[in-house]
Order: sequence, then C-alpha cells, then structure tokens
Amino acid sequence: MTGNDMMRFKMWKPTGLALAAIAATAAVALAVPSAMAQRDPAYAAARAAGQIGEQPDGYLGFASTPTPAIRALVQDLNIKRKAAYTERAQATGSTVEQFAFTSGCNLIANTKPGEKYQAPDGRWLTRDGSPPVRNASCP
Amino acid sequence: MVGRSLAVLISAAALTGCVQIETPDKPIEINLNINIRQEVVYRLDGDAKKLIEQNSEIF
Repeated sequence: MTGNDMMRFKMWKPTGLALAAIAATAAVALAVPSAMAQRDPAYAAARAAGQIGEQPDGYLGFASTPTPAIRALVQDLNIKRKAAYTERAQATGSTVEQFAFTSGCNLIANTKPGEKYQAPDGRWLTRDGSPPVRNASCP
Repeated sequence: MVGRSLAVLISAAALTGCVQIETPDKPIEINLNINIRQEVVYRLDGDAKKLIEQNSEIF
C-alpha cells in the first residue's frame, strides 16, 4: 500500500506539470488564431463584392475578370493554402489534392450569402440561404 | 449420346448466364470509385475543418 502511495505521489508532480504545459499550449493555440483571424481588407472586399470565390478544389478563383491587384492577392493566398494543404496531407497520409478537395467542400459550405462559389459543373453561383451545390463526394 | 448433348446444352446455358452477369459490370465499378473517394474525404474532414479554423486569414 505504502509503495503504491509513494508511486502515486512521485507520479503526481510530473503529471501536474505536464497538464500545466498542455493547458498553456492550448491557451496559446486558442489565442493565436483569434489574433490572426482577420482577413486582409482587400481580400475581404473582393470576396464580398463577388469578384473572387471558392472553387471545389480548395483554392480561390475569379468569378469575373480580375484587376492585377486582385489577381496577385489570390495567387498569394493560393500559394499559402497549397503550403498548408501540403503540410496537412503529409501529416494525414493523403495527397495534396485529396486534402485540398476536402477543404474545398468545407470552404464552399462556409460561404456567406452573397459570396461566390464554383459548382462542380464549373458555373459560378452566388450563395443564398439554401445549401450550396457541391460535389457528390462532399460530406 | 443423349448425356453428351445434355451436357452441351447445360454448358451453353451456363455460358449465356455468364455473359448476362458481365453486362452490369461498369456501373458497379463507378460506384466503388465514388465510395473510395468519399471514404477519404470523410476521413480528412475533421483535419480540414481544424486547418481552416486555425489559419482563417488565408481562408
């Protein structure tokens, strides 16, 4: 009994420290996204204006002919998205295309009324109150 | 002789049966492909949601 209690006591401190470390990490992980949550104002404006929208493949596309500034902005965001997809694809043992497609399903589902998205047949549609037209493989 | 021609008849019937089974082969194959893809998408869905939440400035 005493031996067991000793073991328990010995184990307690490191576990407590580990829990504190996990809590601290969780706090940082929660704080970081909220601090970085803001979209670039130019990106937010182009999105709201329906000039750019979400494609089924997980990347942004042009619903109408873009200005050079909007084209550059979208290219930059798509490069960052591809880097993020590539990292997660490696971590989950999937291909970049599979992970990007799954993200695209979610990004189209997340569009707000008035925003543009691309249907599986290539048409650019405006999101309204009803569910978006998505690929049959989307969850 | 009768036995032999019967056997021929039976095997001929069996052959036509095989050909008929062959016909719906393609649609079945397409359905399987869709299922495999959906399986992958369902498996990755939670990770994709997390990525979007944690990197909201690029999504």
